[in-house]
Amino acid sequence: MTAKVLETPIFEKSNPGARGVSLPVFGLDSTGLNRISDFLPEGLTRKNLSRLPELAQLDTIRHYVRLSQLNHCIDTGFYPLGSCTMKFNPKVCDLYGQLDGFTQLHPLTPESLSQGALEVMYRLQQYLADVSGFDRVTLQPAAGAQGELVGMMMVKAYFKKHQQPERTQVLIPDAAHGTNPASAAMCGFEVIELKSNREGGVDLDELKQKLSPKTAALMLTNPNTLGLFERDILEITRLVHDAGGLMYYDGANLNAVMGQAKPALMGFDVMHINTHKTFATPHGGGGPGSGPVAVNNKLAPFLPKPYADFDGSQYFLNNDLPDSIGKVKAFWGNFEMMARAFTYISAYGSEGLARVSQDAVLNANYLKEKLKTMYHVPYDLTCKHEFVMTSQRQKVTDPHINTMAIVKRLMDFGIHPPTVYFPLIVAECIMIEPTDTESKETLDRFIEVMSEIDRECRETPDVILNAPHTTPIGKVDEVAAARNPDLNYFSAAKAD
Amino acid sequence: MADSHIIPDNVKLTETHEYLRIDDDDRARVGISHFAAEQLGDIVFIELPEVGQRIEKGDTFGSIESVKAASDLYMPVSAEVVAVNTQLTEEPELINDNSYGDGWMIEISLSNPDEVNELMTPAQYSQIAQ
Repeated sequence: MTAKVLETPIFEKSNPGARGVSLPVFGLDSTGLNRISDFLPEGLTRKNLSRLPELAQLDTIRHYVRLSQLNHCIDTGFYPLGSCTMKFNPKVCDLYGQLDGFTQLHPLTPESLSQGALEVMYRLQQYLADVSGFDRVTLQPAAGAQGELVGMMMVKAYFKKHQQPERTQVLIPDAAHGTNPASAAMCGFEVIELKSNREGGVDLDELKQKLSPKTAALMLTNPNTLGLFERDILEITRLVHDAGGLMYYDGANLNAVMGQAKPALMGFDVMHINTHKTFATPHGGGGPGSGPVAVNNKLAPFLPKPYADFDGSQYFLNNDLPDSIGKVKAFWGNFEMMARAFTYISAYGSEGLARVSQDAVLNANYLKEKLKTMYHVPYDLTCKHEFVMTSQRQKVTDPHINTMAIVKRLMDFGIHPPTVYFPLIVAECIMIEPTDTESKETLDRFIEVMSEIDRECRETPDVILNAPHTTPIGKVDEVAAARNPDLNYFSAAKAD
Repeated sequence: MADSHIIPDNVKLTETHEYLRIDDDDRARVGISHFAAEQLGDIVFIELPEVGQRIEKGDTFGSIESVKAASDLYMPVSAEVVAVNTQLTEEPELINDNSYGDGWMIEISLSNPDEVNELMTPAQYSQIAQ
């Protein structure tokens, strides 16, 4: 249950002198050293006490538990943001991902004493290679975004090795995730935008026009951010390869195609996998995250090192990669996340993973068909794991009603607002991704709620415009927050 | 401003929603159309070039961020930047209020005035911006 009362900052609960635990009085009497300043040089000691809050243990616990209750979480309510944020993590992954043998293992434990963990890494590399169709996998990157950067660094290394420094451009569709141009630019590539065609896919004429001897790669999500599968994908990858470029697969939407279509077979050369979107790990932004990268043999020599390997009797970390782009993460990556992903894939098996994607697609299409009677769906085609709709029809009754107002109202029904205003090519966009884990009952309730909101837009628009009504904080002034952010609690406290 | 959506006669526009307002023979101001500002919603941040920078037609001259989205700004013509509307740093809302007036972004000296003929008239632009 979500808490209804706002929690005051912990600093305002502070009671000077209060303690959460009783510690012995500091002092080493036998040596005569009694103060911190007796041990540390003057330059390393504080002049003034830090302003840490002072509270009893129980008050501290209650504060943080109450704060946690202000959150919307998937354990208490539906969020149609889907895998974009983080898919539901089956509890079995918590169980086996947190075995003592995994959590207590030091990364520098000798290989002979960490065979189990190395086997998990090795087999996970193989599993992910199998799901993607690629030859080799690195588990090092700590998040999808880092995986993307690593993938593009390998593209860069490939052209350097093949002495084609003139390949400086990366083509990216206008509907792409924002990380794509960011990763390409971070690697020093020039980003060339491709306009989408009427069906929201890559426009082949536009692609042909922008391809040149300068093209290093095309970055693509398939299905794309509208939830639509690129029908021309084989033609697209052929055109790019004929022009001498490489194909980068943004694995953000992998949850839609597992066991149905492999990116490597579509003609891609490299992809990153956001494990939080399918394989039961936290999102890289909240972390710890994981963003493995899979490549074909063209790019395999440039993988980060080391990687987990097997010599027929022993698992070991292989550093024998002379053209490697190097190490991209301390130690071997976020190992616990690998243990979780390994558990997820082991629990589902290949048939189970195929079923996951089928259910994700079925759920999205079910919602699309039901909701399109009320809401405008700009691309009314069979979608994959997600689809986009808009608030165009609802706006007609009151010009102030827009996507933001509608999704804020969802919060009053205990549902988290979905991704909005993305992709940018759809005005007033509402992107819905239910994922495979939601039951038909939950989907039906969501449809009922959206129907109720549609009715309110016509009959009681004020209820929509002033939503949310039941949260501890109602409508926030996002404009003021963005224009005049006040990020320092103490500066505000001082002004008072 | 009630009339802020009306495109002045001396304005030419691009498909990417930038405008060029010609006040003088070889001097002009660049901004984004009222339609674009409305689509973006409340603008909260803008990044503009330095005075003296030369930018080619079609290249980015800055970026704009609203509560909904971030977007690049493209040069409608090749030019040198001769002035920048520094007031926008403090008051980006001027772009929402009056994009063709106080919401101008940069003042430029055109490198090739003929390029103006390649831009859209207000009537042509109104066809795509609705």
